[in-house]
Amino acid sequence: MREAITVIGASLAGLRGVETLRSDGFDGRITLVGEESHQPYDRPPLSKQVLAGDWEPDRIHLAAPDRLADLQVDLRLGQRATGLDLEAHTVEVDGVAERFDGLLIATGAQCRALPGTGHLAGVHTLRTLDDCLAIRAALEGVPRRLLVVGAGFIGSEVASVAVDRGVEVTMVEALPVPLVRVLGAEIGTTMADLHRSHGVDLRCGVGVVELVGEDRVRAAMLDDGSVVEADVVVVGIGVVPNTDWLESSGLDLDDGVCCDATCLAAPDVTAAGDVARWDHPRYGRSVRVEHWDNAVEQGIHAARRLLQTDEEATAYAPVPWFWSDQYDRKIQVAGLTHPDDEVRMVTGSPEEGRFTALYGSGGRFNAVFGMNRPRQVMQFKSLIDQEATWEEALAYARELG
Amino acid sequence: MRVVVDFDLCESNAICMQVAPEIFEVRDDDFLYVLNEQPGEDRRSAVEEAVQRCPKQAISIQD
Repeated sequence: MREAITVIGASLAGLRGVETLRSDGFDGRITLVGEESHQPYDRPPLSKQVLAGDWEPDRIHLAAPDRLADLQVDLRLGQRATGLDLEAHTVEVDGVAERFDGLLIATGAQCRALPGTGHLAGVHTLRTLDDCLAIRAALEGVPRRLLVVGAGFIGSEVASVAVDRGVEVTMVEALPVPLVRVLGAEIGTTMADLHRSHGVDLRCGVGVVELVGEDRVRAAMLDDGSVVEADVVVVGIGVVPNTDWLESSGLDLDDGVCCDATCLAAPDVTAAGDVARWDHPRYGRSVRVEHWDNAVEQGIHAARRLLQTDEEATAYAPVPWFWSDQYDRKIQVAGLTHPDDEVRMVTGSPEEGRFTALYGSGGRFNAVFGMNRPRQVMQFKSLIDQEATWEEALAYARELG
Repeated sequence: MRVVVDFDLCESNAICMQVAPEIFEVRDDDFLYVLNEQPGEDRRSAVEEAVQRCPKQAISIQD
């Protein structure tokens, strides 16, 4: 019988996990540890409404204060897990070992930094509320020339917000086409076009050699020999899962905490969200998914797993899904694309600003991309969930006209 | 149970439609339509999942 469950990480996956423990009837002690001092908050608005200044931070609470009180959780904000002893069933929080019967690891990820830029003011990454407010303040200054390093989803959203605020934006992407590894060249090119049509100076296939400035960043030297002057730099070149604190724990770590198909990392220990890598039955390999929706679903699944016996446990096999808001476009992707995929645009067109594209290979239907097409993305997501073939997906698309 | 959508927040991500298609429908005009504002108790867990998974936290339940 479990009496005490500890959740490390007080963001989306951790909080949804705590809610699930209670709604599933767990009435023992729950401790929720969060490194940041803020009440649990939602991150997507940090690169959208909050960054734009449309929302203040008090609008992004993940749970109202009375809701947190209802959950009867010992909320430890501003504290950090520093170690885990699997055998003793203890987790070290701010240096003090605390016993648990069940542990949910949801420590998320941190932004990759551009090497050698730590000493310069004006160079930012975007992950936390504090990061967001710092960038927001920086974009209010003058002169305002923003350099975004990396044309991924975070960088693209930042560029979109900055353009709306009248900031001059240059975006540098090392790949020849933005997001080419995830979306392929054709769709990646539509993303590039979207930025350029909004006035972003997008430069692809070039890397940043170094950022220069005395105390503050002044410019970036690029590897094609050009120089981009900038007052603010936002670096969006991916994240690294937060597993440092688990190095000597004996848990299997490999770009995340490795879990079985049920999200179990070790007896009585589960993981969820950006930090978790698990054996996904649909793909026959392990995956780590950094999407908002996955943090919700996996937080629920991994918490429930702690209350289940091995016999009761079920595999976690979602169709990954995410969205990104850029300019007046809603981008949504469901499924996982494969390098061999054929890409078929089935409805609409980039010119209309509204289209759906399907990805498939080897007779399998793998993923759907939608631009301002939420209904169709969900319809195709259901087909992926049902393991529809490529032909079945195309036939369905023909029915849609 | 009464299903309430804050349409100022809703951005038609359509996750709710996937979770509970008999209650939520995003149509081709990309707007969300609530097909049944007072579903029976047998639909509670589906509506609760829609509440949790709405990326805009735009759905709530009033009892």
